[in-house]
Amino acid sequence: MATDRPPAIRVQDLQKRFGDVEAVRGVDFEVHAGETFGFLGPNGAGKSTTINMLCTLLRPTGGRAEVAGFDVVTQRDDVRREIGLVFQDMTLDTYLSAAQNLRFHGQLYGVPSARLETRMRQVLELVGLWDRRDKDVSTFSGGMKRRLEIARGLLHSPRVLFLDEPTVGLDPQTRASIWEYLNELRHAEDLTIFLTTHYMDEAENCDRIAIMDAGQIVALDTPQALKAAIGTDRIRLETDDEAAAAAAIKRQFGLEASSVAGALELHVPDGERFVPRLLADLGVAVRSVSVTRPTLDDVFMTFTGRTIRDAEANPGSEIPAMFRGRR
Amino acid sequence: MTTTVQTSLELAPVERPPTGLAADIRAARIVCHRELLRWLKDRRRLAAGLVQPLLWLFVLGTGLSRVVSVGSENVSFRTFLFPGVLATSVMFTAVFSGVSVVWDREFGFLREMLVAPIRRTSIMAGKCVGGAIVATAQAVIILALAGLADVPYSPVLMIELLAVLFLASLSITAFGLLLGARVANIQSVMPVIQTVITPMMFLSGALYPTSGLPVWLAFATKINPVTYAVNPMRHVVFSHLDLTPAAARVLDPGLTWNGWPVPFALQLVILAGLGLLVFAIAVKRFSKTD
Ligand SMILES: Nc1ncnc2c1ncn2[C@@H]1O[C@H](COP(=O)(O)OP(=O)(O)OP(=O)(O)O)[C@@H](O)[C@H]1O
Ligand SMILES: [Mg+2]
Repeated sequence: MATDRPPAIRVQDLQKRFGDVEAVRGVDFEVHAGETFGFLGPNGAGKSTTINMLCTLLRPTGGRAEVAGFDVVTQRDDVRREIGLVFQDMTLDTYLSAAQNLRFHGQLYGVPSARLETRMRQVLELVGLWDRRDKDVSTFSGGMKRRLEIARGLLHSPRVLFLDEPTVGLDPQTRASIWEYLNELRHAEDLTIFLTTHYMDEAENCDRIAIMDAGQIVALDTPQALKAAIGTDRIRLETDDEAAAAAAIKRQFGLEASSVAGALELHVPDGERFVPRLLADLGVAVRSVSVTRPTLDDVFMTFTGRTIRDAEANPGSEIPAMFRGRR
Repeated sequence: MTTTVQTSLELAPVERPPTGLAADIRAARIVCHRELLRWLKDRRRLAAGLVQPLLWLFVLGTGLSRVVSVGSENVSFRTFLFPGVLATSVMFTAVFSGVSVVWDREFGFLREMLVAPIRRTSIMAGKCVGGAIVATAQAVIILALAGLADVPYSPVLMIELLAVLFLASLSITAFGLLLGARVANIQSVMPVIQTVITPMMFLSGALYPTSGLPVWLAFATKINPVTYAVNPMRHVVFSHLDLTPAAARVLDPGLTWNGWPVPFALQLVILAGLGLLVFAIAVKRFSKTD
């Protein structure tokens, strides 16, 4: 990650309101050139709205943003040339074949025709769809469509690639292979990647992540730093008498333990050293103990008050079902 | 070409395309090409576009010819109907070609075009020309049946008709684009099409002669833009038939404003002018960024 280069994305006090809805309420961040930057947040947090402003599809109602050094309001065409996009919802023409979709895209972006066919082959081979290039997209599975969209986003050699939930609804193998492509690309093409996701394991792949909630960025750092900042480990304790154990923990250590899914949970710094003391002083029979280091899930929970799985299990009702369920 | 392609992606930067008018036209051509590709793939649309005109021509035309007197024993009602059916066909096909921008929006593909480094005007122009070519091509199939309606296969007639058909298609596709410019889904635009297009068709003189109409109906016909597409088509067809002057007066009375006969060329100019105006408004509405 070269920090001496100008940032790939620079956002200052960016805002967007739709009537009464303040979708994005003044966010600030920079994404370095060559960085993979993740955007996390519950449904309706404003992630897609932010991406749509960065890719010039929405006009900000306040603040400013630059992508690849160009202003997203006053230098739209320059921004558009430098970016590749994979939207949250599918944007392929399913009537056309994979190759026709790519050719259309390459031509619109002015890829010279001599280069276009070579480049099409490169990106299609990258996502494993070269053999199916002449098949209609309507015959593709959800994962194949997604891979084709990623290939298309890369076709014109963008400097910044935006991916809005690139792997939602895909099986684990497909997700893993998409990440394989992305990692290969980061190195091969010196690409800056800006993505949103609900998956913690994907977030772990990012150089830095920002957590967005209700239109604001509530945390921004490397995954390691965010986890370290939580500072506490989680201890899970199965006992014969939960109520007595909880009372004892309160009395002996001054800590609150909560009952979660048939066990007591409490948060302490340096959990491994705490467990021996806990067992010695508790006075209630313990059946099992486990200590977990903070995960990004805990980070997410701390900053948004929800687990990331809750956030995904309750899709924002404002998004029509037909758009969400399309894969 | 047998060059092997490396799987690893090299960093070669893409040359920037030219800007300015040449680039705009180029982009419009690409968008237009997609319209044609889609049409060629969609055989159902091709077939559906033919059913209605054939019904008009051979069912309505044959059925009504027994009760309708078209003023002359050597002209069948089908012949009279032929240009009107052509006009009706391009009208429906062209409006739907234009309105297909709503489908593009609903199924997401529009965003692929909107984020590309091209102007909104190019997208609209490409869809307009593409839609007009599709509408004209559909009409060609009906044109091929001219003989069944006793319309002669004269090359000059065909070329003149095609030119007028294409001009009408452009204007009407632009109208479809205007209807769809800001609409989010196809359900909300369908009723609009029904309530706008059907009256326009009936008030255009496509299906009955405009001579001797009551004053209100004559007036409605004259302010209806579609009249300026139907009337030239009819004029082209009838100028190639052997008609007695009396029959010509009834069947092809021409268009008058307050008694002044509107020249053929001016009718076409009005058709083109209206098309341009509608196109400009459509682009303006379409280009608004939220
Ligand atoms: N075009 C629009 N008109 C009105 N409100 C909108 C529009 N687009 C988004 N919103 C609102 O803005 C808020 C943020 O939406 P956005 O799509 O950015 O969320 P998100 O973080 O991408 O959520 P998800 O994880 O569900 O994709 C939501 O409350 C949504 O209802
Ligand atoms: Mg979203």
